[in-house]
Amino acid sequence: MLQREDALAEALPALSKQEALVEANRCLYCYDAPCTHACPTHIDIPGFIKKIATENTLGSARTILSANLLGATCARVCPVQELCEGACVLGAEHKPIMIGRLQRYAMDYVYRRDSFPLASAPATGKKVAVVGAGPAGLSCAGELALLGHAVTLFEKRNFAGGLSAYGIIALREPWEIALTEAAMIERLGVTMRTGVELDSTAAASGLRNDYDAIFIGGGLESSMPELGIPGEEHIVDGLKYVEQSKMDLANLRIGRSVVVIGAGNTAIDCATIARRLGAERVTIAYRRTEREMTAYPHEYEFARNEGIEFRFLAQPIQVLSDSSGVTGLECVVMSLGERDESGRPSPRPRWDSKFVLRADQVVKAIGQLKHSVAQIFGVKTERGYIQVDDKMKTSSPGVFAGGDCIRAAGSATTVMAVQDGKIAARSIHTALASAATAGRVA
Amino acid sequence: MADLSIDFAGIKSPNPFWLASAPPSNSGLQVHKAFEAGWGGAVWKTIGAPVLNVSNRYGAWHYGSQRMLAINNVELISDRPIDVNLREITEIKRLWPERALIVSAMVESTPEAWSEIVHRIEDTGADGIELNYGCPHGMSERGMGAAVGQVPEYCEQITRWVMDAARIPVIVKLTPNVTDIAASARAAVAAGANALSLINTLNSITGVDLDTFEIVPSIGGKGGHGGYAGPAVKPIALNMLSSLGTDESVSRSNVPISGMGGISTWRDAAEFLLLGASSLQVCTAVMHYGFRIIADLCEGLSNWMDERGVTSIEQIRGKSLSRISDFKDFDLAFRAVARIDSKKCIKCNLCYVACNDTAHQCIDLMNASGEVVPPYGYAATSNGKKQAVETRPQPRVREEDCVGCRLCYNVCPVVDCIEMIELPSGRPSITWDELSQSQPAVTEDWEAMERYRGQMGIDIH
Repeated sequence: MLQREDALAEALPALSKQEALVEANRCLYCYDAPCTHACPTHIDIPGFIKKIATENTLGSARTILSANLLGATCARVCPVQELCEGACVLGAEHKPIMIGRLQRYAMDYVYRRDSFPLASAPATGKKVAVVGAGPAGLSCAGELALLGHAVTLFEKRNFAGGLSAYGIIALREPWEIALTEAAMIERLGVTMRTGVELDSTAAASGLRNDYDAIFIGGGLESSMPELGIPGEEHIVDGLKYVEQSKMDLANLRIGRSVVVIGAGNTAIDCATIARRLGAERVTIAYRRTEREMTAYPHEYEFARNEGIEFRFLAQPIQVLSDSSGVTGLECVVMSLGERDESGRPSPRPRWDSKFVLRADQVVKAIGQLKHSVAQIFGVKTERGYIQVDDKMKTSSPGVFAGGDCIRAAGSATTVMAVQDGKIAARSIHTALASAATAGRVA
Repeated sequence: MADLSIDFAGIKSPNPFWLASAPPSNSGLQVHKAFEAGWGGAVWKTIGAPVLNVSNRYGAWHYGSQRMLAINNVELISDRPIDVNLREITEIKRLWPERALIVSAMVESTPEAWSEIVHRIEDTGADGIELNYGCPHGMSERGMGAAVGQVPEYCEQITRWVMDAARIPVIVKLTPNVTDIAASARAAVAAGANALSLINTLNSITGVDLDTFEIVPSIGGKGGHGGYAGPAVKPIALNMLSSLGTDESVSRSNVPISGMGGISTWRDAAEFLLLGASSLQVCTAVMHYGFRIIADLCEGLSNWMDERGVTSIEQIRGKSLSRISDFKDFDLAFRAVARIDSKKCIKCNLCYVACNDTAHQCIDLMNASGEVVPPYGYAATSNGKKQAVETRPQPRVREEDCVGCRLCYNVCPVVDCIEMIELPSGRPSITWDELSQSQPAVTEDWEAMERYRGQMGIDIH
């Protein structure tokens, strides 16, 4: 039997030089390329691929990083089928270029050689506080450091990286990648303060006094909302499940028969962990159908290939247990009705159709709780998400925000958080430059 | 089914494809294998003066993922004992009487040496002799190969010695490392050569190693020019071939020409035939893929001939030579413009950037409403495949401004997507030659040229 680490080892191997050169040479080098448009950070993709082809791999990495400081993470976790590769002009009649894997090739090159190709500008004397060291915070902090600002990054957890580190299954992003990337941001001159939680308005106003600008990249809570059903206490939190698979794999308890509630990408990650670590039967229970689920089509396909079963239109109503522990999840069959506020048809229970999914472990992956950080900074929110303008400015002067904590609609991806951080950094830079003549940041 | 057989200056061959004198025809074993695969003939690797070879003989020019667009070599003529070569030639000819077996020769420049080698070759039963006046490296330093081919007087003198001795057909192989290859050809014809072949390899240095600064390939730290051949030289070979076909004295002599230089496919072969070759020699393509390529060479050529109702090689030989013309005889009133088939277009915009950066700025990007939009015209917040694909503008040619340069046609990666359409220019046909005779001022003076353009409605933007 495979070791647990092997079972969750990074799924795609690195491209060899041979593979990278052949693939890079296949790229047509489109002008104003659709892949670049489709990338939320608008990396000059044909440009970096051409540089791989000429074996200017360091220059290739520079092209990537100048648009996206988290190029190593994005190369692995981006839903490329929905972004760059999905837009590739070769996709219609041939195979799209493997953009994600080529990006990883260039990123691996610089990280392996420890030859980071970007340098920070001379110090401006301006200080910026960044709250949260997930993708948005790291991106913002790194961009600001490159522009010469003194950045302090506050992270309540012990390690930087946010969901990249704690929340994405190792077979898509190994733990070391997120950490190495965060260490690189630190080396750009960012002061990293991990294990520091900002949980009071006093702490927030302290930051306001000590810094010229603040960026909130707080993400969402690292736990999931309650389902509000009997036996809730037996349900394992999906994010914790993923986190333990990365931090404490040896002690992660895996049931023989596991039900995962929810059908987003985290649900798929949880189901994959269970399956790969020995669960005989893994079932994803979702109250709507495959049309409405938020997991990407390629993730859904991946899960089915892993042998994960799907029960659609299944709403959990009770966790069943006895003295030995969980014995099953009782569900009711749903039918779809009118569209709700998310634009999806709202499911309604058919109470005459209760059934039980036998299970000795139930995991929920049903979205994250909203963060309370908005309140302590007194910024305006909408349905719990921080409101920002297109420059990532919040309602509060000098306070900017980005990442999952602002993403009220659409899919929240790592790469979009990176772009938020980048846009915010540039807005802050512009604001600090004008503030140099006009006093404080407006 | 078309008859591919040829009679080349009396040398009969079941098809026009011969192995060129080169490493593939180095031994009886190889030539036997090639004949088994179906090659019509072979020109045995040059025999003659004693030599020793070095290692790291071949460099190559790769482009992108395409290996060996051209090869460069510093291998000399055969380094096998001459007696062994002659014995194997005799044996191969005995085994394959209906295939063409020609022996390439190169010896020091004396009548005695040439006379001796000619007689020894004839004793093998070979069908012909090819005089190697082309080898650009090594042998030329010793007064042979290109050192002969580059001086028409030497070429003529040595050919006369050979013709005095030879009873079988003699082919003079020409070097391309000259300014005017027709002058070499005229010298060979004047000396009575039965046939010509071209091109031998071009002087070249493949490259420099960026780690060691050595020449590629490195021969113990040194390197130098070698002979360049392969697909990349085909256009040069076609030009040289046609320059013989259009040379009055060479074409009047009616000596057949064996064409070579980058022939890799039957399509290349057909082009050589159309520009006047009667037989075809192949080397680099075989060195890349082996003798087996003969199957497609023959079948492809035969099918192409059948489709056109052509029954023999002779019927198509030189059929495009009449199209070769000087610039002064081109029709200045001919007008072609590029047109992009939007259904086939994949919107890579390679035509757009080529036209706008380096040609005549007549391709626009149009959005779905038909408005001209700039490149990179999307908002920083726009992303995802749906937006990228659905809002992607379409390149379109402004035909009224298109000069018909054909750059876009050449860069387009999609088959038959960009077409060059002939449009009436509204002007009477006239060549530069006719213009300079009828209105000399227009061709000599810019102001007269401007007036002429005005009259003709020729607008240069």
